[in-house]
Amino acid sequence: MKITGAQALIKSLEALGTEVIFGYPGGAILPVYDPIIDSTIRHVLVRHEQGAGHMAEGYAQATGRPGVAMVTSGPGATNIVTPIANAYMDSTPLVVITGQVATGSIGTDAFQECDITGITMGITKHNWLIKDASEIPRVIAEAFHVATTGRPGPVLVDVPKDVSQSEMEWYDPPMPEALDLPGYHPQVTGNRDLIAQAASLMAQAEQPVLYVGGGVLKARASEALVQLAEAIHAPVVTTLMARGAFPDTHPQCLGMPGMHGNYTAVTAMQKSDLLISLGARFDDRITGKIDAFAPNAKIIHVDIDPAELGKVRRPDVGISGDCRVVIEELIMACQKETFSTLESWWTQLNEWQARFPVHYEESQDGGMLKPQTIIEMLAANSPDDTIVVSGVGQHQMWASLHWTFDYPYTWINSGGAGTMGFAVPAAIGVKAGRPERTVWAIDGDGCFQMTAQELVTARSEGIPVKVAILNNSYLGMVRQWQEMFYEERYSEVYLSSDLPNYVMWAESMGCVGIRVDTPEEVLPAIEKANSINDRPVVIDFRIDASEKVFPMVPSGSSNDEIVVHPSQQEGN
Amino acid sequence: MAPEPFLGRTEYTPVRHHILSVLVENKAGVLSRVAGLFSRRGFNIYSLAVAPADDHERFSRITIVVDAESAPLSQVVGQLNKLINVVEIRDLAPEEAVERELLLATVHRAEADREVLLAQIADAGASMIDFSSDSVTVSLSGTPGALDEFERILTEHYPSIEIQRTGRVALPRLNFSTEASLSS
Repeated sequence: MKITGAQALIKSLEALGTEVIFGYPGGAILPVYDPIIDSTIRHVLVRHEQGAGHMAEGYAQATGRPGVAMVTSGPGATNIVTPIANAYMDSTPLVVITGQVATGSIGTDAFQECDITGITMGITKHNWLIKDASEIPRVIAEAFHVATTGRPGPVLVDVPKDVSQSEMEWYDPPMPEALDLPGYHPQVTGNRDLIAQAASLMAQAEQPVLYVGGGVLKARASEALVQLAEAIHAPVVTTLMARGAFPDTHPQCLGMPGMHGNYTAVTAMQKSDLLISLGARFDDRITGKIDAFAPNAKIIHVDIDPAELGKVRRPDVGISGDCRVVIEELIMACQKETFSTLESWWTQLNEWQARFPVHYEESQDGGMLKPQTIIEMLAANSPDDTIVVSGVGQHQMWASLHWTFDYPYTWINSGGAGTMGFAVPAAIGVKAGRPERTVWAIDGDGCFQMTAQELVTARSEGIPVKVAILNNSYLGMVRQWQEMFYEERYSEVYLSSDLPNYVMWAESMGCVGIRVDTPEEVLPAIEKANSINDRPVVIDFRIDASEKVFPMVPSGSSNDEIVVHPSQQEGN
Repeated sequence: MAPEPFLGRTEYTPVRHHILSVLVENKAGVLSRVAGLFSRRGFNIYSLAVAPADDHERFSRITIVVDAESAPLSQVVGQLNKLINVVEIRDLAPEEAVERELLLATVHRAEADREVLLAQIADAGASMIDFSSDSVTVSLSGTPGALDEFERILTEHYPSIEIQRTGRVALPRLNFSTEASLSS
């Protein structure tokens, strides 16, 4: 059967199970937009290519399936570079299709030409420039396979216009085992001897900590993790990328470690004699000053990416493998060992928890709204399986610290890259993949202004997300640093308290807009928002600009120098 | 067969180097992927040589001499291995490898005493491969140490010399018993 390259591309995406493409048409990708009309795949027309990328990321993180985005050449392609970089940092499986100028024009500085495979080489797991239409089903199959297996990540397929216009003889995309990728063999199972060594170290430890990263969610290993944690009685910390991977309400959960982690999670790691790192990568935001990080801890490091083992901290036992498979192997190996209940360790941990809980001061009568209160009320008044999506900054840290995450895949944010503007489009992608769930974007006013136009997409595509803007009229995290480390010299961080008018802006995009200034207005606004399901809702919460995120480990400091809330500091 | 050039001293070669012999799929952009990875991760390259590795042009071999001080070797290998087009990496410690490199140099006759130059060429085991009325081009293949030595002598004597080196290629050193069986 002879079909065009464009038809083959869409047919390949269908064959590989694509249900939605987030995209934006243009000259070089035009031929591919024709067969979309007849395809079973839903196409979501975004308002900016960056939105398409973040939507695909949100979709992928919420569903576990690869997100697919499609854009044209040149500026269309460069506009999606930020989401690709973001997905690379957070190991999110993404398949990005870009149009390219015709093969004969490549290298001539043709209209809307850019070397997108060159540009994205360092931020994709792999990319392809298709030279002949006959390659399309094979390359698309390779792209999906590479994006979703091993350490997941973004891939890009660049399709010149003449390739999508020319004819090819159709064949089904090959199954993974039939692909010719001689250099790609992800290691899934753990080495048996190393597993036994790890189990033995775990049994000997007196102050172990399970240090859980995003890899546990990627490997769908949450259930296995609970079993392992209960078998060895160790406390669990969940990083920013792993919130919800282990239930916050589980008695062994200490919450989030890191620069803005809670005191007990940070200090438990710091004082530990054995860190059991599962799908985490010793990021600088977790370790603080690396030379001073967990000085007495032996390290068991489990990661699907062998290059992570020893990249930052040399492991005593480094196991490359899939987190779910390795955790299950560890559970088996642990049955041969005996584990104490770690009584004195838990006494110490409980003492820290009692003394230094995550704390803030609620607003007094007539005082300004506190962001933490809003997050706690949102959590209490939304369904248990609500998915929370955040941007980057203070609101992100407050959301991670003050929302109770009891289920995996209910917290989605931009971790490694710290991409402002992530929340609104990512939430739309989440809702497209999980339409039955309530999806709340918790956003800052700075972030919201970067990508809010995608609410037009949400309204016109019938994707009713909800957005809570924690609006302090400032770039709050930068303001916090300037307050604490630059003698309150505030430089270029004030946005505006009356520009834009968020309610009018939301309404103009077809959303419901609500403004909340006082504590009494919070609950009615949340209830109203949760009752609206036919269109997006935006709540502009006016919060206290002086509120800061605590605890905090100052940049470049040891985690021993963690700064707790002023009211918890000595002398208070 | 040409006589083996003298081995020379090796102090001029960087001591902290390691040789990676990297088998890659011969696909468009693969060299750019490898080079880009090195610059992105802050790994230093002393030299890099590429050539086809099999009859069907399906694979190429890239010989990379890396600065093992700039990053732990395991990181360099681990990150390289993640490139989809990288099929196999052999890490050769200098003492476990036979290394060769090629040097070409053009000497201006005005700066050269003919007899001295010929003696230098003969001593090094180099050969004259091109000449004109005012210049001579010589070539030497040998260990990087031998080339370093030859280069030192030439630059000392001939200020306007032009020198071009290829960067080294390497294979694992054969063990004694294998060598013995070959010669018997």
